[in-house]
Amino acid sequence: MATSGSAQLPAEVSVPSPASIGRITKPAPRHSALVRVTHWITTVCFLALLVSGMEIVISHPRFYWGETGNVLRTPLFQLPIPSSRKLVPTGYGYVLPDQNGWSRALHFEAAWIAVLTGLLYLVSGLLTRHFRKDLLPSKADLSWRALMTSLAKPLCLQRPSAAEAFSYNGLQRLTYLFVIFVLFPLVIWSGLAMSLGFVSAFPWSVTVLGGRQSARTIHFFVSVALVLFLLVHVLMVCLAGFWRRTGAMITGRITARKEQT
Amino acid sequence: MIISRRKLIVSGLAATAGASGLAVAARLANRYGLVPPDHGGIYGLGETLTYASQRLLTRHAMAREFPRDQISPRPFPNEVAPLTEDFRRLQAGGFADYRLSIDGMVHQPASFSMADLKSYPSRSHITEIACEEGWSYIAEWIGVPLSEILNVVGIHPQARYVVYVSMEPDTWDSIDMADALHPQTFLCYAMNGNDLPVVHGGPLRIRLPRQIGYKNLKFITRLTVTDSLKKFGKGCGSAACELGYAWYTGI
Repeated sequence: MATSGSAQLPAEVSVPSPASIGRITKPAPRHSALVRVTHWITTVCFLALLVSGMEIVISHPRFYWGETGNVLRTPLFQLPIPSSRKLVPTGYGYVLPDQNGWSRALHFEAAWIAVLTGLLYLVSGLLTRHFRKDLLPSKADLSWRALMTSLAKPLCLQRPSAAEAFSYNGLQRLTYLFVIFVLFPLVIWSGLAMSLGFVSAFPWSVTVLGGRQSARTIHFFVSVALVLFLLVHVLMVCLAGFWRRTGAMITGRITARKEQT
Repeated sequence: MIISRRKLIVSGLAATAGASGLAVAARLANRYGLVPPDHGGIYGLGETLTYASQRLLTRHAMAREFPRDQISPRPFPNEVAPLTEDFRRLQAGGFADYRLSIDGMVHQPASFSMADLKSYPSRSHITEIACEEGWSYIAEWIGVPLSEILNVVGIHPQARYVVYVSMEPDTWDSIDMADALHPQTFLCYAMNGNDLPVVHGGPLRIRLPRQIGYKNLKFITRLTVTDSLKKFGKGCGSAACELGYAWYTGI
């Protein structure tokens, strides 16, 4: 694990002094305070949504396409897990305890906090040009060679160079933009499309998705995609140095690193 | 870190403004019926945000209705608790002695037999019933709008909720007046052209197509119109709520 060798310099110090050679100091933080705060609120909400979402799925681990679906209908697919309802045929000889009450409450509360946090992030990201500066890839980033390099390096478990600590490569930028502007909106939309109250006011929100059960199936797959993103995201952070990168997302500063091999 | 006096005063003012803003918002929300009875506890924030936003956005919205050919050929009857002795006796008599009583903040407390309920013009809608577990089906639901019956008995102007009680033991729930007076809220006695089967809640089920299945109680036998839910059970508005399930289920 990399540790900071000496005390932090104040953020204002930008002129490299002899003491800071080999140390990276920069006036602007690696991540703005708003990005850091919204990142961690989203993290907590995402984990709450994941746990409660899995708990809710256990009560009916079957998925359908179209408007309706129930145990009298052939499912599109069924997860090979036991259920918390005895009327669901699972092949398991036992029924899990019902946890849907708190799971639903936690799911919706976490969703509210996540959506409000996301709106704050979105508005500030547009106002501060965060998306344009930090996430929009340049032409050069999008060259086939550059994208392949950024894919190959982590696959070969190659640690990113020190310079990469301050910016994302093209592949990372595309991935973050895809998560922020495609996966998150889609998971919110498909979730709302399952709200009977919401769709009574906005019926197109569910019909466009192909019906209530289609919305539920889409919600499931987008959630799986988000979990895959989370796994790769955490793996990349580990590869780059877990404590250093996590510290940067907490304090905003990249701490000194012992030179990589 | 040194905090300047100006900063201290500004943040003090901001905090005071924020706190009083919240207090005003809470008062207004309460006044306009945007706070659910289960607003307490750690999930109260989520429940209140959902209920308030849906009441503001969807108060008069109509649940989706479907064409006849989308009616599910086999409606799935969810499990019902073992039927009580009382219920079996009524069932043996063809529900001739089944009664729905209405009391509370009404001008004329009354009791209706199934024949009485069926003497009012019947209405129907083809809507989807969706369980909180995830499954759903579409059926044609036939009955008398709850608003029709509330008109017959006459409700007091201060009425805010209708409490409904099932013949299933310890099973009761409540809705606000927006749902009670909504044209698609039925006292439902028939389904897909036939009498409502007992497995689906016959002879009488409340049908709220804008709320989740568990709110659509079976075997409705008593209605109480009230201005407060505090006196009912633990005061959070339903038996389900006492088991950890939300009172408002438009989501």
